[in-house]
Amino acid sequence: MSGAPPISPIIIFFASILTSNMILSNFLGMCSFISVSNEYKTASGLGKAVSLVMILTMAINYAIYHFLVLPLGLEYIQYIIYIIVIAASVQVIEMAMDRFLPDLYLKLGIFLPLITVNCAILGITLFMVIRQYTFLQAMLFAAGSGLGWWLAISALAAIREKMARSKLPRGLAGPGIAFIITGLMALAFIGLSGVFAVQ
Amino acid sequence: MAESWKQLVKRNLWTENQVVRQILGICSSLAVTNLMANSLVMGLGLTFVTALSGLTLSLLRNLIPRRIRMIVQTLVIAAYVILVDLIIKAALPDISKALGPYVALIITNCIIMGRAEAYAQKNPPVASMLDGFFAGIGYTLVLLLIALIREALGFGTIFGYNVNLLGLDTWTIMVMPPSAFFLIGILIWLVSNVQEKKKNPAGKPGPAKR
Repeated sequence: MSGAPPISPIIIFFASILTSNMILSNFLGMCSFISVSNEYKTASGLGKAVSLVMILTMAINYAIYHFLVLPLGLEYIQYIIYIIVIAASVQVIEMAMDRFLPDLYLKLGIFLPLITVNCAILGITLFMVIRQYTFLQAMLFAAGSGLGWWLAISALAAIREKMARSKLPRGLAGPGIAFIITGLMALAFIGLSGVFAVQ
Repeated sequence: MAESWKQLVKRNLWTENQVVRQILGICSSLAVTNLMANSLVMGLGLTFVTALSGLTLSLLRNLIPRRIRMIVQTLVIAAYVILVDLIIKAALPDISKALGPYVALIITNCIIMGRAEAYAQKNPPVASMLDGFFAGIGYTLVLLLIALIREALGFGTIFGYNVNLLGLDTWTIMVMPPSAFFLIGILIWLVSNVQEKKKNPAGKPGPAKR
């Protein structure tokens, strides 16, 4: 997509929150999305942590892609480099939080290691490479994707909390209904696609 | 081997199917399933990676220090995924383009990590390879089933061949993301109903789950 006219970073920001939401239209980060959405508070906490890691790893991976991978022709092992960066920065954030923000660390503690294998984090880096974003575009894309992920998981968790008391057909309870709700949410978000599109 | 061949195959394909029972590896199973051909390539790629990373990690299981085992597992998996990515790029450039980042995202597919943690950690190499292989096949079958429905209803084709002989209208919604969520939700519902019934045939309600 290098030949396409540049898209305004602002549009990328809002599009990645709403119309090309990481979960609802790209299906990234589903594992934790389904398994950690029983409770609004924890879901929202995970959403915040994911946003933070997304912005940080995007900045590092952007620098690595442009100053290391491209000049040295390392495209064939770039995935290994990115995943190491992600694992390492999750580790660093974990240690920094433990030292400076112990309250938040206690709240998010168990989720931080999970973030390493969250596909959305690696996904945004790969999208950045494929779509050849500039630095500003990439950073706003990461911020928007993070916010969008947070929005989607919070919404699903809030709905599932309300649903806890309702009666469901046997077998549909649990992940089954979570997918149906997500599908309905995705339908609703498609309604916004006339406003702006990025792909 | 603690369990027989048959048990291993049945567990991975049916009773503990990675996608519909364990709810793992959902990202890619939803994203690539609007065409049969893409799903097949994706499924076989994942099977290859799961089998070989199971074999490798099981061989190395006594050498890897526990503290850094996650990162070693990730590196082994990433190495195999790069192999698959290069092969697909060389042999099937069109499909590689359509799959986009999702081949590379096999690295973070929870199925592989899950098999490595749950099985290859404590089992001999050959058994781990078989386990990984059949887990991958179970994943591929689910992918193909969802893709069959979505492609047949969305485009009126199967593997690119026209099956819409009556010239019915195709459902655009089937190609779009929401239908993938609906289909997988329904599939999970059906499978867990069938399996519940086998467990208590009297039809007593199972334990309440959320």
